[in-house]
Amino acid sequence: MSNKLPVAVGIDLGSAFTKVIALDEEGKVLQKIIEDTDPYTEKQAGRLLDGITGGEYHRVSIVATGYGRKLAKRSTRAVTEISCHAKGIFHEMGHGGTLIDIGGQDSKVIVISDTGAVLNFTMNDKCAAGTGRFLEVSANRLKIPIELMGKTALEAASEVKITSTCAVFAESEIVGLLAKGKPVDHIVRGLARSLVLRVAAMAHSLHPPKPFMLSGGVARSPAIRAFLAEALGQAVELPEEPQIIGALGAALMALDIHKGK
Amino acid sequence: MSLRDSLMYHLNVSLLGHGALRIQRIKAQMTMNRQGWWHHEHLNPPPVTSAWLKELISRHYLKGRWITGTQKVAWVTSGAPIEFLKALGYYLIYPENHGAVCGIRRVGDEKCKVAEHAGWSRDICSYARTDIGTILSGKTPVGKLPKPDLLVCCTNICQTVLYWYQVLAQQFKVPLILIDTPFLYSKAPEHALDFVEKQIQYAIETAEKVAGVSMEPKRLRHVTELSHDAVDLWNRIMHTGRARPAPFLAFDEFIHMAPIVEMRGDQATVDYYRALLAELEARIKNGTGALKEEKKRVLWDNLPIWFVVRKFGNLLASRGVALVASTYTNAWGELADLIDPHHPIESMAKCYIHPILNRGTGQKLQTMKTMIEDYEVDGVLLHSDRSCKPYSIGQMDQQSILLKQLGIPALLLEADHNDSRVLSWEQSENRLQAFFEVLGV
Ligand code: SF4
Repeated sequence: MSNKLPVAVGIDLGSAFTKVIALDEEGKVLQKIIEDTDPYTEKQAGRLLDGITGGEYHRVSIVATGYGRKLAKRSTRAVTEISCHAKGIFHEMGHGGTLIDIGGQDSKVIVISDTGAVLNFTMNDKCAAGTGRFLEVSANRLKIPIELMGKTALEAASEVKITSTCAVFAESEIVGLLAKGKPVDHIVRGLARSLVLRVAAMAHSLHPPKPFMLSGGVARSPAIRAFLAEALGQAVELPEEPQIIGALGAALMALDIHKGK
Repeated sequence: MSLRDSLMYHLNVSLLGHGALRIQRIKAQMTMNRQGWWHHEHLNPPPVTSAWLKELISRHYLKGRWITGTQKVAWVTSGAPIEFLKALGYYLIYPENHGAVCGIRRVGDEKCKVAEHAGWSRDICSYARTDIGTILSGKTPVGKLPKPDLLVCCTNICQTVLYWYQVLAQQFKVPLILIDTPFLYSKAPEHALDFVEKQIQYAIETAEKVAGVSMEPKRLRHVTELSHDAVDLWNRIMHTGRARPAPFLAFDEFIHMAPIVEMRGDQATVDYYRALLAELEARIKNGTGALKEEKKRVLWDNLPIWFVVRKFGNLLASRGVALVASTYTNAWGELADLIDPHHPIESMAKCYIHPILNRGTGQKLQTMKTMIEDYEVDGVLLHSDRSCKPYSIGQMDQQSILLKQLGIPALLLEADHNDSRVLSWEQSENRLQAFFEVLGV
């Protein structure tokens, strides 16, 4: 936390979490906030931005992104997650390639050029399969904390094949598997695999250039990282804080605006 | 023909209808010619000729309302050869065009649901469901559709029409002419052309019997000439989109294409397109674009999403993105050279075997590449139409090839031309916004 006022703010109003990054003139991170997205998103965005800018909006450039971006009324500009994620990951990793972002309620694959430009993208935005929501629903049903799912999956001695990619049907499939006496950890491993295969198929549809990079809240799961590397046939690079890549990209765009670029 | 039907027709259509529609058009044109009548942040006013289009379409459907008993009626598929029907005096209904009218008026879903309640699967093309729903409910935004005396189905667009028209034949208990066009992967082989030509000859015989008149070769030549001229003009109208700024967008073409589909072979269509072309050429001379500011240019692939055409147009316009061409409207112009009024039947066979949907995906890709070059586009919007499988197949490969070979980005949009339940507007808008950012606007 810094007392210095930022000149650039990026706010990513995602379906599950809201992330805010504030930068100073040099691009140094002054503040970082991650909280659950409120049903009253507009109010939440207002509160966060009021707090971070000290109400001195005339001195700050703000870029909003994420599904709720239009609700950040004080933003200078609204930009889609695609552009913000590309900007953020390029800044963090210093090279192009293919970014796979698995968020709370959507997942996307973005092909980024050597200069950081978006060349191609695809999104899974109509259904919860292949998103964090899929794991969340399953975790609820299996009554294990979502943070432990990755570890549980990796340590499982065996794997149960989950055939439904649909989050709703997967839930009923889980009930059936539990009734058959399948161990919980085997099911958890199968679920992580199912999500990864879905996302990898989406990535393959773009003929993705290497290297692969991963962002989004779900990237925190070690099982997802391991299985994804397996499915793609090579290691997946991870930024230090995968969950804030979109907000960081937005903040960097705000900094560009501030500097008149 | 009964005397009463004939009297009613002439009273309602020739006397009252035509007069009222003409007055409406003149009034609309006077408004459009007045300074300051148009207020849109991003779009320039539409061509004044648009008022004429409204008159043409309204007249067509008004005629249909009163036609029974005065003229034979044929229902035809959008890609069917119709010159021989026109020459025999048939009045034509295109269920697909009527479907588009329902889509634009946002009653497509309603009709589809009626068909679904009667047991038709949601996987069937939404044009077919709209048509079946219209027949079952008896309701249409155009007032009334006249019952057919004859059905003409040509498989040069898809196989759906084959089954759809069989259902229509059972429903209306009228003869069905089927014209089967072998699919083309390369140049049309002689035997395929011969096969289609023979079917057209046979179709003429059947249509003569139903109409109770014989074909006059002179009349057929004349209709083919009008057809050729209209297609040629339509082509030139579309080519105005090559100018910078483009005076006419594919969104405009989606609306102005109605006559080339359902009134091909009419003198009025030729007159109308000639006037429209003149107006567009004048706009090119003045440097007046369809958009107030044209920043980027894109190409559309597949059918329009009828129920959001305007919303879509406004969204693109707000970002300065001009939809300068579409492979869909192009399909009614690209074959102009194949129509030869001196060899009507032979050239009909050649022309109607070649539509974009009857050619392999490689040929479609080639058409897209040529259009990208001719219209100098910066990106492509690929509408993946859940209903129209033959049009949507191959789009994922086309997307990656266009990017790899030409460096042209293409966006895949999942929707449906008539069933709004398939489109999630929020998500599509989000993808479009991201695509605009890729284009740099
Ligand atoms: S499937 Fe396609 S070509 Fe066939 S009727 Fe439907 S929209 Fe037309």
